[in-house]
Amino acid sequence: MSMDLGVVVEYLPKLLNGARLTVQLVLFSGIGGLVLAFPMGIARSSPRPWVRALPWTYIFFFRGTPLMVQMFLVYYGLSQFESIRHNEVLWPILRDPYWCALITMSMHTAAYIAEILRGAIQAIPRGEIEAAVSIGMSKAVILRRIIVPRAIRIGLPAYSNEVILMLKGSALASTITLLELTGMARTIIAKTYMPVEIFLAAGAFYLLISFLMVRVFRLMEWRLNRHVRDVR
Amino acid sequence: MNLHGFGPQLLAGTLMTLQLAFSAVSVGLVLGLLGAVAKSSRLLTLRLLGEAYTTIVRGVPELLVVLIVYFGSAKVLTGLAGALGFDTYIELDPFAAGTLALGLTFGAYATEVFRGAMLTVPKGQVEAAQSLGLGRWRCFSRIVLPQLWRVALPGLGNLFMVLMKDTALISVVGLDELMRKAQIGVGFSKEPFTFYGCAALIYLVLTVVTGGGLMALEHHANRGYRRARS
Repeated sequence: MSMDLGVVVEYLPKLLNGARLTVQLVLFSGIGGLVLAFPMGIARSSPRPWVRALPWTYIFFFRGTPLMVQMFLVYYGLSQFESIRHNEVLWPILRDPYWCALITMSMHTAAYIAEILRGAIQAIPRGEIEAAVSIGMSKAVILRRIIVPRAIRIGLPAYSNEVILMLKGSALASTITLLELTGMARTIIAKTYMPVEIFLAAGAFYLLISFLMVRVFRLMEWRLNRHVRDVR
Repeated sequence: MNLHGFGPQLLAGTLMTLQLAFSAVSVGLVLGLLGAVAKSSRLLTLRLLGEAYTTIVRGVPELLVVLIVYFGSAKVLTGLAGALGFDTYIELDPFAAGTLALGLTFGAYATEVFRGAMLTVPKGQVEAAQSLGLGRWRCFSRIVLPQLWRVALPGLGNLFMVLMKDTALISVVGLDELMRKAQIGVGFSKEPFTFYGCAALIYLVLTVVTGGGLMALEHHANRGYRRARS
């Protein structure tokens, strides 16, 4: 039951390579998710039921099913349709596990971010919006100057949790053949037959990445809330 | 939708998914309660132990936890057997490994839920129990524990929904649950969208049904706190 750390050192560069892909996936899907989530979160907090219905359905599906199923549906599932396989624009993208992972993760996290945004938008004190109305701001200006910046500040802590969850979710990209941290660990193990050492090393990498990400978000929160910080 | 006769297989997989979810949640609840007690203990060692457990398990992907438990347990068990003089290879079967891995994950998050719930029990009640001469264990089991459930239930419910979806990960170590049955169906029919879509729908039904069940549980747990209708 002894541990061989030499093998970890030997394959450290490969693990680092995997970690780089992991960070890339999380970063890009985080941005993609935000872009998708903003219109959805805003539509979701609309007073009109028919505007709310579409994002509701989207969120219901993506939060109600496992990320793994979603990835398999995109990567393996879509190839079932001939119209997609013969589409010159879509097929090069949907054939590539990297794009499939990125698309699925973005769509998945967007559903959660939209809910965070909705909560944040609803948490904005009514008085602030009424004040904006009373000084004659138009709806678009209120959205841009009041609602979005306020919602970002209120939602940021919840969003940082979501990013950490996506960091952990990115391990699933290994099930569609992508060599990110977990996938890389599994290929190394296939060569060395040292599952425990390599998996634990990968786990340590994940801990480190999440620690750093939490730090960055703390910094961002601190900076965004500088106008309400206590003056010493 | 043509399932090529794999419908009953998918149902059997669903049943296995449910079994796994419920056995993992029972392990997880115990671990969560232990974790919460450890984290609010007066002993530094216990507090550190609880802290290490929640930090590590919550910071590592669930898939990796599953793989570490599956392969790690084989190593530990084989090593133990070797120490006892048996030269055999022992491993946990996928169901046991899955229960343990998902239970560990659930427990780490549940620790925080229980700890938060413990803080809502007014201090005066614990002091009253002590002044009546109840020991520490009695005080916990008779005063604190019964009140935890109601407060912790919404948080635990969310965790259970997450756990339900995480059961799909155990297909990676070869447990015949819903996801793996769908994969088998795909291998036979070459119709991935049909089968994974079907699996997705079944997961949706599971989350809706458990969501309803959790609401009923919460309603029941809060029966003492409802206002009388005027």
